[in-house]
Amino acid sequence: MSEIVDVTTLRSWLIRFAGDVEEHAAQLTELDSAIGDADHGSNLTRGLKAMVSVLADGTTPPSIGPMLKQSGMALVSSVGGASGPLYGTFFLRMATSAGECDALGPDSLAAAFRAGLEGVLARGQAVAGDKTMLDALIPAVETLEAALNEGRPFGEALKASADAAEAGRDATTPMLARKGRASYLGERSVGHQDPGATSTALLFRAAANTMIDGEDNQ
Amino acid sequence: MKKLINAPADVVVESLRGLAAAHPGLRVDLEHRIIYRADAPVPGKVALVSGGGSGHEPLHGGFVGRGMLDAAIAGEVFTSPVPGQVVEATRNVDSGAGVVHIVKNYTGDVLNFEMAAEIALEETGIEVVAVITDDDVAVQDSLYTAGRRGVGVTVLAEKLAGAAAEAGRPLQQVADVVRRVNANGRSMGVALTSGTVPAAGRPTFDLPEGEMEIGVGIHGEPGRRRVPLAPARQVAGLLLDPILDDLDFTGGDGVIAFVNGLGATPLIELYLMYGEVAARLEKAGVRVVRSLVGPYLTSLDTAGCSVTLLKVDDDLVRLWDAPVNTPGLRWGV
Repeated sequence: MSEIVDVTTLRSWLIRFAGDVEEHAAQLTELDSAIGDADHGSNLTRGLKAMVSVLADGTTPPSIGPMLKQSGMALVSSVGGASGPLYGTFFLRMATSAGECDALGPDSLAAAFRAGLEGVLARGQAVAGDKTMLDALIPAVETLEAALNEGRPFGEALKASADAAEAGRDATTPMLARKGRASYLGERSVGHQDPGATSTALLFRAAANTMIDGEDNQ
Repeated sequence: MKKLINAPADVVVESLRGLAAAHPGLRVDLEHRIIYRADAPVPGKVALVSGGGSGHEPLHGGFVGRGMLDAAIAGEVFTSPVPGQVVEATRNVDSGAGVVHIVKNYTGDVLNFEMAAEIALEETGIEVVAVITDDDVAVQDSLYTAGRRGVGVTVLAEKLAGAAAEAGRPLQQVADVVRRVNANGRSMGVALTSGTVPAAGRPTFDLPEGEMEIGVGIHGEPGRRRVPLAPARQVAGLLLDPILDDLDFTGGDGVIAFVNGLGATPLIELYLMYGEVAARLEKAGVRVVRSLVGPYLTSLDTAGCSVTLLKVDDDLVRLWDAPVNTPGLRWGV
């Protein structure tokens, strides 16, 4: 199989993520109304629509770093709340890591995800177990890295990464929120799945679907 | 939901349009949702910028003008603005003397202002100092939460730092006034009813008749506990005791006492509450040198109030008394 993710595939990934979030917008908002301020689905949908319209307007840079930077900025410029800067930072740091190139190999993609993760860690000042998007993001990135290190095929590694993100998402339910608006609920935040971890799980499932489908289509 | 609006999606922009019509001394950029002093940038003056979600009026847009903010940025209702708006405002008010960002400690506000400061520095070289306010004593486990919330002290910080900037103090000293105010101020609020976000159409939380939420935030975030409704005299104690337990207000030159309405509580009750607060402070040996009573930092149509105490020295009292000319605060002009 081709182990190269080109700029077209990355664009498909972002567009697929936007579509998946829109499809799950009501669920994301419902989760957020339990422990936040009931706008995660609508805010993220609004921002990703802005990102998709930038990606679709024909001016997308042909190079991966600039394309991801443009996407990240579109998101940051339109979401508001905490999720704009956090997702925006993820894509902006991926952009810096990828740089000017037209394709990423598995290790470069993992390195870009790692850079994105480090950006979110620094921006949000949260750690694993705080009941945030990191509880899906950290296992997703670590699992991808481990799978590639073990020499597993790229497609399998991406699937494992998406599975790990979903398991991380599910594990947020019994957690006590320590960051963001949910943290003011204290004990009352226990028993609710985190909306940020839920949207992050969609991001990595979209990656597995598009990057592996991309190979299937060739 | 009964509100004087046209459509929920248009509330923020249409309200800004009205603010602009009512106050020709302001310049309002409806596209970016920024309220400017008409004469910004003021040559040689450090500029003050604040902003946040809408629904807290007059904060922040009503505090733009001489002696207070140079620009205020409005996000959606209860949603922080985005970095692009903050960069735009920062660029348009900087006279070369630098810009102070006053940011309430809410995760969305902090992250968006932080990114904006990075972008502003990178793209324009403007020197920005951001100071975060976090005065809400209702939040007890700061280590296990996003930390204390920025509430009533923000109003006082905008007034006092605004006066310092107007007096020609340099960037770090103006930022330092905000830090001093935040370090010496504490707040606590109570909600009797929940506000209704226009886009949601129903109250944010259920608060049965006969109960109140002690320690509530300014977006209906839950407080410390829910208790049966009590007479104002007792409520004053429930709000003041945690403040006085947190910081010693008895020494020094006295305090500014601020009773703030959350949006739906009338002035007759706010003054009644102030009377109770003043009486309790006198008993506690706290000397009040200045006061402020009214709806200055609201939470849409929430009924309730918050109490803020700020320990002041001569310098802060002088800054408090300095002229201010904004839609929300106006004296000495």
